[in-house]
Amino acid sequence: MTAEGVPCVLMNVVVCVKQIPDPADPGALDSETKTLKRDVKLILDESDSYGVEMALQLVDAAGEGEVTLVSMAPNNERSGLSTALAMGAASAVLVSDPALQGSDSLTTAKVIAAAVKDQNPDLIIAGSESSDGYTGTVPEQIAGVLDIPSVTAAKSIEVDGDGVKVQRQTDAGHDDVVCPMPCVISVTAGVVEPRYPSFKGIMAAKSKPVEEKTVADLGMDADAVGWAGAGQEIVGISEAAQREAGEVIEDDGEAFAKIVSFLEENKVI
Amino acid sequence: MSLSKIWVYAEATDGEVSSSTLELLTKARELADTVECVYAGDDADDLAETLGEYGCETVHQTGDLDGSLVGVPVAAAIAAACDDGDGPDAFLAATSYDGRDVAARLSVKTDRPVITNVVDLELDGDALVGTEPIFGGATEVKTKFSGEGPFIVLMRPKSIPAEPSGGAEADVEDLDVPDLGASGGAHVTERHAEESDGPKLDEAGVVVSGGRGLGEADKYEMVESLAKLLNGAAGASRAIVDAGWVPYSYQVGQTGKVVKPDVYIAAGISGATQHLVGMKGSKTIIAINKDPEAPIFGVADLGIVGDVHKVVPKLIEALESR
Repeated sequence: MTAEGVPCVLMNVVVCVKQIPDPADPGALDSETKTLKRDVKLILDESDSYGVEMALQLVDAAGEGEVTLVSMAPNNERSGLSTALAMGAASAVLVSDPALQGSDSLTTAKVIAAAVKDQNPDLIIAGSESSDGYTGTVPEQIAGVLDIPSVTAAKSIEVDGDGVKVQRQTDAGHDDVVCPMPCVISVTAGVVEPRYPSFKGIMAAKSKPVEEKTVADLGMDADAVGWAGAGQEIVGISEAAQREAGEVIEDDGEAFAKIVSFLEENKVI
Repeated sequence: MSLSKIWVYAEATDGEVSSSTLELLTKARELADTVECVYAGDDADDLAETLGEYGCETVHQTGDLDGSLVGVPVAAAIAAACDDGDGPDAFLAATSYDGRDVAARLSVKTDRPVITNVVDLELDGDALVGTEPIFGGATEVKTKFSGEGPFIVLMRPKSIPAEPSGGAEADVEDLDVPDLGASGGAHVTERHAEESDGPKLDEAGVVVSGGRGLGEADKYEMVESLAKLLNGAAGASRAIVDAGWVPYSYQVGQTGKVVKPDVYIAAGISGATQHLVGMKGSKTIIAINKDPEAPIFGVADLGIVGDVHKVVPKLIEALESR
């Protein structure tokens, strides 16, 4: 029982996170390997920080349980994981294998699902889409591989007995959705305010366990992942036609008139 | 060379077929001999005329799904049709909340990849090749399916114009949904629609969007006033949606809506690639921002380096006095 007399519920949540190149430092495709150049320092995808925050809040509300991170990378990069551990996640599993390079979204989902399954969580949370690859299909594919239900584009999650109540974003507004656990929920950005890691959190993160696993550790075949396992191949990379910049003027107090005449020229007014 | 059959995931709101569905049908006609639709619901009869006009010959409807989220049942139904040899060579859906769910679940069910964020599709031999913009559209990659079909594609709305083919009303057939087991547990209990007046964000001829440069939530009001004066819709950058100033439905960008108005006005938006992806297809762009180095000026036809708090109120005043 907690201090308030509310019964404790054990709640273990896995949050799937991605470490990406800093969006402020735009990435590039390596034309030889056709993958993202990863020689820059990786950070926790901002879209995932919302999932981490939501998981921490749900475990807090339940009274007992842990947040475990699951991530995947072709090498043992973990700087982004440190941020989420410093926020309060208890531990992390990093599937790290050179064979993973070039994995498509379905392969990514299979690898993550295998790592998640070992944790036997009540709830799996992921961001709606990564800020670099933005396929937006991986959370639903993870649920598909695990053969469990899922709710995408969640604005809020509330645990209710053996299930969750979710507000799901729609084009018109939102839907109230109920879903039994275990399930996968993908969350939209901006739904909660991700906490900043405290100094104490940053220090504590250094000693939190990060378990590294290879593809073979998950019982998967290296030929089934990465470029070898992808059912698609990049056949061309080209520069896209760009818009040309037009006139740029400094506002001298009369720039609004310039906009008015522009709107007149384009017959908006 | 063409594919023999493509299925398009048809979406509709209040009996009206979405514009992205019509775009997909237009593209599918180029690529396949037979174009058909899959629809989650029991009112496909109301949509059959419009879908037929854009080239759909048959609508396969699942029937009432009793509030179930569509991803699991629709994907299971398509996969079952594939197993029976009645399935399509390719399945196209729009990058929408439901379209993504269906494509993702179908990918697992059929063990085939999804090519996402596609803005154009072509055939190379008997395989589909999708064009996808990356890095905010600066680079385009072409991705080809290397295995067997069904090829699963998610296409970005407004990538190509929808054109009717003048086809006859589509036939409506029932599509069996198999037993879903544990995965079919998510159900909608209530739907909430946000009230909004004026034109829809993705259909308006003029869009006025505000960003972090507005400084505070209260200042968004001037974006709305300007939009109203121009008979347009008000939009927002991800930054101020994340900050909670306006609802998510206002967001223009990669994760929000793609807009292509005649005139797009960006007020206090710096132009992160995430935003540019959603609006740089606009016919003309006006940008107001105090930072002369802001990337938004790189795509603007008219750029004003200045304070939005000074420029926009004067603009509103000038328009009101006309």
